[in-house]
Amino acid sequence: MSVRANSLIGGVLIALLGGTALAASVWTPFDPLRTNLRARLQPPSAQHWFGTDEFGRDVLSRIMAGASTSVLVALATVVLAVAVGMLVGSISGYWRGWTDRLIMAVNDALLAFPGILLALGVMIVIGASSFGIVLALALAYMPSVARVVRGSVLSLREKEYIEASRVLGNSELYSLLRHVLPNAIAPVAVLATSMFGWVLLAESALSFLGLGVPPPAPTWGNMLAASRPYMENAAWLSIAPGLCIALTLLGINLLGDSLRDRLDPRMAQR
Amino acid sequence: MTAPLLQIEGLGIATTAGASILDDVSFAIGRGEFVAVVGESGSGKTAAARAVLGLLPAGLVRRRGRILLDGEDLTAAPPRRLRALRGPAMGMVFQEPMVSLNPALTVGAQMTEGLVLHQRLGRDAARRRSLDMLARVQIRDPARTFEAYPHEFSGGMRQRIMLASVMLLRPKLLIADEPTTALDTLTQREVLDLMVALARDHGTAVMLITHNLGLVARYAQRGVVLCRGRLVETGTAQQILTAPREAYTRDLVEALPRRAPARRSAGAGDIVMAVRGMKVAFAGRQRLFRRDPGLMAVKGVDLTIRAGETVAVVGGSGSGKTTLGRAMLRLLPLAAGEVRFLGRDVTAAADQDFRLAAQLVFQDPYSSLDPRMRIGDIVAEPLRHTTLSAVERTDRVAAMLDEVGLSGLARRFPHELSGGQRQRVAIARAIIRRPAFVVADEPVSALDMTIQAQVLKLFERLQAQYGFACLFISHDLAAVEQIADRVVVMQGGEIVEQGSRDEVFDRPQHDYTKALLAAAPIIAFSGQAGVPA
Repeated sequence: MSVRANSLIGGVLIALLGGTALAASVWTPFDPLRTNLRARLQPPSAQHWFGTDEFGRDVLSRIMAGASTSVLVALATVVLAVAVGMLVGSISGYWRGWTDRLIMAVNDALLAFPGILLALGVMIVIGASSFGIVLALALAYMPSVARVVRGSVLSLREKEYIEASRVLGNSELYSLLRHVLPNAIAPVAVLATSMFGWVLLAESALSFLGLGVPPPAPTWGNMLAASRPYMENAAWLSIAPGLCIALTLLGINLLGDSLRDRLDPRMAQR
Repeated sequence: MTAPLLQIEGLGIATTAGASILDDVSFAIGRGEFVAVVGESGSGKTAAARAVLGLLPAGLVRRRGRILLDGEDLTAAPPRRLRALRGPAMGMVFQEPMVSLNPALTVGAQMTEGLVLHQRLGRDAARRRSLDMLARVQIRDPARTFEAYPHEFSGGMRQRIMLASVMLLRPKLLIADEPTTALDTLTQREVLDLMVALARDHGTAVMLITHNLGLVARYAQRGVVLCRGRLVETGTAQQILTAPREAYTRDLVEALPRRAPARRSAGAGDIVMAVRGMKVAFAGRQRLFRRDPGLMAVKGVDLTIRAGETVAVVGGSGSGKTTLGRAMLRLLPLAAGEVRFLGRDVTAAADQDFRLAAQLVFQDPYSSLDPRMRIGDIVAEPLRHTTLSAVERTDRVAAMLDEVGLSGLARRFPHELSGGQRQRVAIARAIIRRPAFVVADEPVSALDMTIQAQVLKLFERLQAQYGFACLFISHDLAAVEQIADRVVVMQGGEIVEQGSRDEVFDRPQHDYTKALLAAAPIIAFSGQAGVPA
């Protein structure tokens, strides 16, 4: 498949997602929070396109309402993790020595915990809220970004054009920002797109443990988690949020790849 | 006359996309003959060699023509037959000795591989043959070398090991693709002398692929000149160098650096750069409880450079010449000594004024330019620290690009330029702030011959125009002979000889200088050389 087709499909998927999230804030077919115990676990029909859940709530409405929460949480987490990770990683890789050893010791300690466990601990301290989730998951995923960035910075700082920048009288900070970081972005872009998927799933895991976005507010994660007991006789409950997560990931990955290629002048005209 | 060993008939190679790489090339190599295939990058010389071996890289395909080895058509041979021929019938030595040996296997394992495969020798017999061959290529301790891993050897040693393992199988044809381009002058001579001797021992024909006409003059019996995939001319080495028939060959020969009359003005200007007693040390590696002994790369050097003067530093690899240049620019800490720039002491730290007035041109134009910046931005970057207005900057950049012959390329990225163009960008970046002192670290070593000549000429012109002092670091004595006013010879971190260019080249005093000069593949042009004036 050509790069052009990739970015087109990715763009359409993400645009659809954004559109849904926006539309949900104005209008949903039903109130996503209204329960109707007489219409429990109904399969997809003309009235309820994606069926209803165990409390008789309309799944389509909940998917739409959940889109904004899930995606905002994931996006904020990834942005935060990448920003902090790049800062920490580049400082560590560029200045090396004791700064590097200290930062990397802490970083490795964080990496040593399973991410979800780390997030759990943080959530228990700050309490369950969207903000808490973002903070906790960003902390859990930041160390891998820092590692990747440090690695590329370590090799980039030995490049002759960095020495050239120094000879020109540029400050270290300028060299780092102007010459090192832009060249270190490619692996981070790849990492960030796959991270988006992990975060969506981690959010569902936290929700499942009751530490995510508090119910009854819908997120794709807690919808997926709640659908588990009914998987045998009401599969649509799992399929709808699962498919949404999968399509979102596909869109983000396609878009991320084409973005990375476009950012790199060496790939641009191919 | 018997049939030649290798006969290439109307060979055409193209990319899978259809672009022609080699077009209707025919030449032959006789038994035991030493033939040089000369051309610049993009001439298709490597593709030709690869085609002979049947190892064209992915993306290249043979379109037409035949390749006959000993009367056998290689282009019709099945892969199995080709595999049987590679090694015993034709061997290849690659350009980059650092990566052409497998770092995970011992030298012995790699050498005996071919013997065991093709001659079905037992381990002991293979080992004995390998040790003999290692001794033959003048490796000091063959038994230890046999057990050692490639990383323990220098580039020159590795190339000898490579040569030894290829020659073990006594091929009828040895293909050497720029085998010494990565080596310094002295090592280059040793390796090539050895190659010739071995080839003579075994009656092996050699196809030497090179861009260096000096090597053609010294080693080859015949030469084949390629340009952009076409055969330009073939002839004896002598005829090609002294009486080239084609315009392109003439250009190549003319591009060889030549000594210009000494400039009178040089050496009369103010002292720009003065170092006294400079020592530079590299710390050893930190182990758990101790530190490995460090390396003293520069051991007490005194040197002064005056305005408008070009001082060349020559020496083999490891002589400390690059370290000297970096330390002068205060990019490396000094262990001892002082550096004075325009009378000011800059030993302690490089202040901004010094940074603005002392510049560096790197050897490798591929890695010294930020791949994500446009040419115009790269050349404009040094002006950040000046008080020029935005308009003045744009004008200055445009003028500078014009001067180095890159007008109209400001919006390009480095990867869109050729090697020579990139080096022009690097020079423009160094000169745009009108520095008083420029260190040029092997600025033309990575470039093709004709491009080298152009860049050297550009450099000379810019120096005449702006009058900067220049430290020209090079192992290429031919380029030094053309551009230098004074020559400093370094060996093992010390200056062993210095003097005016003519003194050093015509009346070398130190043995090391004499060895360097003898090893340099410089073509001596006699009076009636067929080069038009």
